[in-house]
Amino acid sequence: MGSQGGWGQSKEFLDLVKSIGEARSKAEEDRIVLREIETLKRRISDPEVPKRKMKEYIIRLVYVEMLGHDASFGYIHAVKMAHDDSLLLKRTGYLAVTLFLDEDHDLIILIVNTIQKDLRSDNYLVVCAALNAVCRLINEETIPAVLPQVVELLAHPKEAVRKKAIMALHRFYQRSAHSVSHLISNFRKRLCDNDPGVMGATLCPLFDLVTGDVSSYKDLVVSFVSILKQVAERRLPKSYDYHQMPAPFIQIRLLKILALLGSGDKKSSESMYTVLGDVFRKGESSSNIGNAVLYECICCVSSIYPNQKLIDAAAEVTSRFLKSDSHNLKYMGIDALGRLIKINPDIAEEHQLAVIDCLEDPDDTLKRKTFELLQKMTKSSNVEVIVDRMIDYMISISDNHYKTEIASRCVELAEQFAPSNQWFIQTMNKVFEHAGDLVNAKVAHNLMRLIAEGFGEEDEGADNQLRSSAVESYLRIMGEPKLPSLFLQVICWVLGEYGTADGKFSASYITGKLCDVAEAHSNDDTVKAYAVTAIMKICAFEISAGRKVELLPECQSLIDELSASHSTDLQQRAYELQAVLGLNSHSVESIMPVDASCEDIEVDKSLSFVNNFVQQSLEKGARPYIPENERSAMLNVNNFRSQDQPGALTHGLRFEAYELAKPPPLVTRTPASFISSTDLVPVPESTYAKEIHQAPLPSPVPDIAPVEPGVKLRLEGVQKKWGRPTYSSPSAPSASTSGIQKTTNGITYGPETMSSQTRAVSYDSKKQHVEVSAEKQKLAASLFGGSSKHDKRPTSSHKAARTRPTSAEKLREATANTATEVTVEKIAPLQPPPDLLDLGGPIPEIAPSVDPFMQLEGLLGPTQGISSESTVSANASKPSDLMETLYAEMPSTGPSGTDMYSSSLNSGVPTNANKSSQMVAQIPSVKKGPNPRDSLQKDAVARQVGVTPTSQNPNLFSDLLG
Amino acid sequence: MIRAVMVINTQGKHRLAKFYDFQPVEKQQELIRSIYGVLCSRAENVSNFIEADSIFGPDTRLVYKHFATLYFVFVFDSCENELAMLDLIQVFVETLDRCFKNVCELDIVFNFNKMHTILDEIVVGGQVMETSSEEVMKAVDEITKLEKSSNAISIVPKSISGRQGR
Repeated sequence: MGSQGGWGQSKEFLDLVKSIGEARSKAEEDRIVLREIETLKRRISDPEVPKRKMKEYIIRLVYVEMLGHDASFGYIHAVKMAHDDSLLLKRTGYLAVTLFLDEDHDLIILIVNTIQKDLRSDNYLVVCAALNAVCRLINEETIPAVLPQVVELLAHPKEAVRKKAIMALHRFYQRSAHSVSHLISNFRKRLCDNDPGVMGATLCPLFDLVTGDVSSYKDLVVSFVSILKQVAERRLPKSYDYHQMPAPFIQIRLLKILALLGSGDKKSSESMYTVLGDVFRKGESSSNIGNAVLYECICCVSSIYPNQKLIDAAAEVTSRFLKSDSHNLKYMGIDALGRLIKINPDIAEEHQLAVIDCLEDPDDTLKRKTFELLQKMTKSSNVEVIVDRMIDYMISISDNHYKTEIASRCVELAEQFAPSNQWFIQTMNKVFEHAGDLVNAKVAHNLMRLIAEGFGEEDEGADNQLRSSAVESYLRIMGEPKLPSLFLQVICWVLGEYGTADGKFSASYITGKLCDVAEAHSNDDTVKAYAVTAIMKICAFEISAGRKVELLPECQSLIDELSASHSTDLQQRAYELQAVLGLNSHSVESIMPVDASCEDIEVDKSLSFVNNFVQQSLEKGARPYIPENERSAMLNVNNFRSQDQPGALTHGLRFEAYELAKPPPLVTRTPASFISSTDLVPVPESTYAKEIHQAPLPSPVPDIAPVEPGVKLRLEGVQKKWGRPTYSSPSAPSASTSGIQKTTNGITYGPETMSSQTRAVSYDSKKQHVEVSAEKQKLAASLFGGSSKHDKRPTSSHKAARTRPTSAEKLREATANTATEVTVEKIAPLQPPPDLLDLGGPIPEIAPSVDPFMQLEGLLGPTQGISSESTVSANASKPSDLMETLYAEMPSTGPSGTDMYSSSLNSGVPTNANKSSQMVAQIPSVKKGPNPRDSLQKDAVARQVGVTPTSQNPNLFSDLLG
Repeated sequence: MIRAVMVINTQGKHRLAKFYDFQPVEKQQELIRSIYGVLCSRAENVSNFIEADSIFGPDTRLVYKHFATLYFVFVFDSCENELAMLDLIQVFVETLDRCFKNVCELDIVFNFNKMHTILDEIVVGGQVMETSSEEVMKAVDEITKLEKSSNAISIVPKSISGRQGR
């Protein structure tokens, strides 16, 4: 002992620690620890080990386990040691056991006996050790074994024991509330304990109890208030002071409880006002713990029935926090502000600067907290700024967890407050681009739904406009490398539905793009599936419009490739596409009506359309359909023998598979169904048959050859159609079976009910939807549902839509005036590095490197000469100069290619030069904020005055807070 | 409630790990590793709070304090007050300091059972029970005294074992 400087451990342990400390790699450390484990294993199992020695081994075991190695071989020795009479050994044993064992471990039952004995001990330290172990090791089942003793200890003469007994009882309550529900009165009793420490400990369980059921503890408000009063007035012994604060931890706990009790209860709250005022007044803001109490007081004030005086006091403390240099206090201040603005949103106003500072702080914790605050402050007036900020931050971080969270927050805010459709789509584009793999698939479906449905306004034109702007932005984006799969799915879907809708893009252009996507993402089956379905839709629209469709060579090769794909889903889509190409325009129109994704799908649950077919089959001698319940009765007979084995009952094995091969008559029946199912398809017989024969060849499933009389296989197909749902297991459908089946499905819904949307839905989910109409509805609901969130939208969008036409019309007029000039030069709008037009937003931060004067010159120069009605149209009218400026500036404006890209996207302005109706797309960027030139000048002035970027732009605050 | 208390040194070696909800050893290692990763990336002069929901699940935060070569970390949920937790770390460290007279990392390594004893007096079952380092010291002293008296002969087998070990 002496030689190790009093550390009380042996030389061996010292050496172990030292060598681990010197280990240069994890591997080396592991080697050392493994050697140590070997030594311990050998020594510990020696029955002759002296107890004292054993204690050290146990400690070494704990150490080894702390380093992450398995020490389970020694658990039993730790349990044994806890049973020892010597306190030192007992405590070591308990320590090891509490660290080693889970409360459901097998050895717990052994330790319970020891605990029971120790709880009865005369030595209070032994009792304390046992109570510590109780808190950690007793599970629901063993609570009754120790409960009576623990309750008895609540009246122990030593306060340390009473305290621990309360904690143990509290732990029991957390484990299983009902097992101690009859003992809860004990907590109330202990609240009046003579010892303030015990009283303080009682506040822990009481806090939990009050959280669970506020109303039954209202009578305690008076007691809590009087305790808090006494504590605040320093009536407790000096020993409870901490850093000159009287029992701060007790105060904090009391404040927490009062916050719960006073929430929404005027009467209780009123009895607290005085004491809360006292706490504020006596609050010590120089020490950390004093601030902790003050913060808790703010929480309490913001939770109870509001009182102006207290709120003022709270606001004052909050501003002190926010002005502090300490990041910790700023953090608390932001949190407190978030609580206070719920009561009075105006409080935020005077702290605008501080909030912005926190938003720009390098400290991530603070930044995130501030985003939380901003989220609470979001309104439709400031949503653009806030979401832009969030997206910028989202792009800058690499922590996936937080990225996901912030992405979902952006989506939530955008859905709730979006000022315009275009803005919404652009925001979504950005979120998808940067966090597409992390966001919920539902978000993508919501976006598709929004584009499909529009906003339900009477103005169909606005919806179309929205769609074409979406199509344009997607066409632009889709060339980007490394787009997330989910985003590509959205893009493909939208292009398929609306790519050719406004007639701006030719079908071959869109299909070419879609082929590129499928090719570029050749290992993503879902994207390929979306792409090929989109191609099918476009072709279908072309055919039904009476145009001749000629597939591009790359498209043809894509189809060929997919028809030989390993994925049955892709194969099927490819075949369907080919089938659609062979149809006449009338039937295509019925299968794939234009823009029918929002139409309701009627499902013929009785399957009446197969009646004919069934009738025919019956006439040809097929067996009649046997309802499921009767069939299972038959099964039972068939499986009679196997049921003798007890373990092999229905849950264990599936008997259906064996049963399939049985009755010979079925063989005759299957071909009938096979043929007739194809008959139903209004396709030239030859093509379809050919396809079917092609299919099996590349099929990955070796045991299925549909041409040969594969009784089993076809039966499977039949069963899936008519049999009970369990048969249609999606696990391994053969290529041909599913092909046939699905085609049948397509027909079953009939031309009038089958819309393209049904197909998209059913295929996407890769489920078979023959008989499960309910499930389908559910699926559709989940794909296109989420109406609750969308319900909020119309209010804001209505508003937006109301304001929109005026500005849009103005612009159109303006455009008309200069129409002659506005031809090819439409590029001009590309210019707005959005900052320029978007002075309402946080410009300085987005492109701090850009010299505003240069931009100013670029903008002002050409505009002066021409009409000042609209800057943009003016820009467009003087294209040549402007474009030069533009191109000269471009590289410096956008920090990188993608950034520039997203910024041009951001402003809703397409880059593609030869697109018409661009003005429409750029409207949102234009009409936001005041006249851009004015803003620019303002900005320039601000810079000349030399204000710091954070405080310089008053518009930012009005957007954020106003 | 407090979910876990950890002491990690600046090289990422674990010096103490106490979880108030049981965690299997592998999970513990993983948690501590990810916490260490976060701590390392924190700059100086930033707040001592971190939202820990990516590591410990929803509604958890952690407070850490850096002393010499050690990080002291408390993980807890929204029922606790961050600033108060920061002071709890202070209490813990003050107590260690009193106990070991100028505590250093080595004291903690060799006496981590004692550190557990101290922690058990401060936090019981995830709830803060005692916040006065004097009271904690009193309790710990009493335990030590009793342990010594019940193990008067401890030196002899120890020195023997030391030799055997070589």
